[in-house]
Amino acid sequence: MILNSWKQGLQDGIPIALGYVSVSFAFGMMASNQGIPVWASVLISFSNLTSAGQFAGLGIIAANGSMMEMALSQFVINLRYFLMSLSLTQKLDEKTKTLQRAVIAHGITDEIFALSSSKPKKVGFLYMISLMFLPILGWTGGTFLGAAASTLLPVILRDSLGVMIYGMFLAIIIPPCRTSKNIGIVVLMAAVTSCLFQVLSAYISIGSGFVIILCTLFAAGVGAFLFPIDGEEQR
Amino acid sequence: MNRLLIYIVVMAGVTYLIRCLPLIFFRKKIQNRYIQSFLYYVPYAVLGSMTFPAIFTSGGDLLPSCIGCIVALFLAYQKRSLLVVALAASAAVCISTIFIG
Repeated sequence: MILNSWKQGLQDGIPIALGYVSVSFAFGMMASNQGIPVWASVLISFSNLTSAGQFAGLGIIAANGSMMEMALSQFVINLRYFLMSLSLTQKLDEKTKTLQRAVIAHGITDEIFALSSSKPKKVGFLYMISLMFLPILGWTGGTFLGAAASTLLPVILRDSLGVMIYGMFLAIIIPPCRTSKNIGIVVLMAAVTSCLFQVLSAYISIGSGFVIILCTLFAAGVGAFLFPIDGEEQR
Repeated sequence: MNRLLIYIVVMAGVTYLIRCLPLIFFRKKIQNRYIQSFLYYVPYAVLGSMTFPAIFTSGGDLLPSCIGCIVALFLAYQKRSLLVVALAASAAVCISTIFIG
C-alpha cells in the first residue's frame, strides 16, 4: 500500500507550516536589519527552504564573503539533506518518475523528511507535494511578513514560537522510543554527542550543520552496527 | 544588487543539488543489511541531534525553554499529536517567561 492522499498531505503540513512561519519571520527580520531588500529575502526563503543554511548565508552576504565561501558553507551545513534524501529513496514509491523526484527534492526539509518517514506506508508523489505545499507557503510568507514588519511582534511571543519546531521533533521521535528500545538508544546517543559538541564548542569550533552530520553518522552508524533491523522493522 | 542575485543562485543551487542527486540516482532497494539499518536510524539520529541542545535555548532564556522542553517530552511520551505538543510547549514557555521574567 502507498500513501498518496493529497488531503492527508495538506493536513500533515499544517503544524509544520505554523512552526515555519515563526522561524522564517525571524529570518525576514534579521535580513531586513542587515539591509537586504524584502524581495531578496523572500526569494532566498522560497529557493532555499532551509533554516541553518539561510542564516549562515545571511552572515556571508553581510560580510561580503566570496562565492566559494558561500558554496562551501551551504554544502557543509546542508549535507545532512543528502542523508535524508538517500533515506527517502527507500521510502518513496518506486514508480515515482524522474521529473517528479526532481520536484519533491526541493521540499526535503528536516520536518518534511521527519513526517514522511514517520508514516508506516510508502509515500507517493501526490502526498509529498501536498505535504510540502503549506510549509513552503508558510516559510516564504513568514519571511515576507518578518521582513516587511520588522519589529511588530513582541519578543515574548517570538521566543515562545521558537520552541514549536523542537516540540514537533519530540512528538515525532519520542513515541517510537516507547516501542523500540533501539530507537531510544540511537536518539539518546545523537542527543548526548550533540550536547557534547556544544559543551566543547569553546575548544573545537565547527559549524552547527557539520555537528549534525557528525552526530547522525555516529548515532545511526553505531545503531546499525549494534541493532541491525530485521524484515519486520522495515518501513 | 547583481552580486546579491549571484549569492542567492549559489545558495539555492548547492542546496538543491544536495537534495536532488540521491533521489534521482538511487532507485534500487538497498539490500545491504547494515546500510538498510543505518538509513532506518537516520531520521531519529538527525532529529535527536538537532533538538538537543538547541531546544534549551530556543525559547529565549534557559529556564523557560527547559520548562517548555519538559512539557513537550511529557506530552510526546503520551503520544499527543504534533500540533498539541508544539503549541503546549510554546504556551509553557510563554507562561513561565511571564512568571519568572
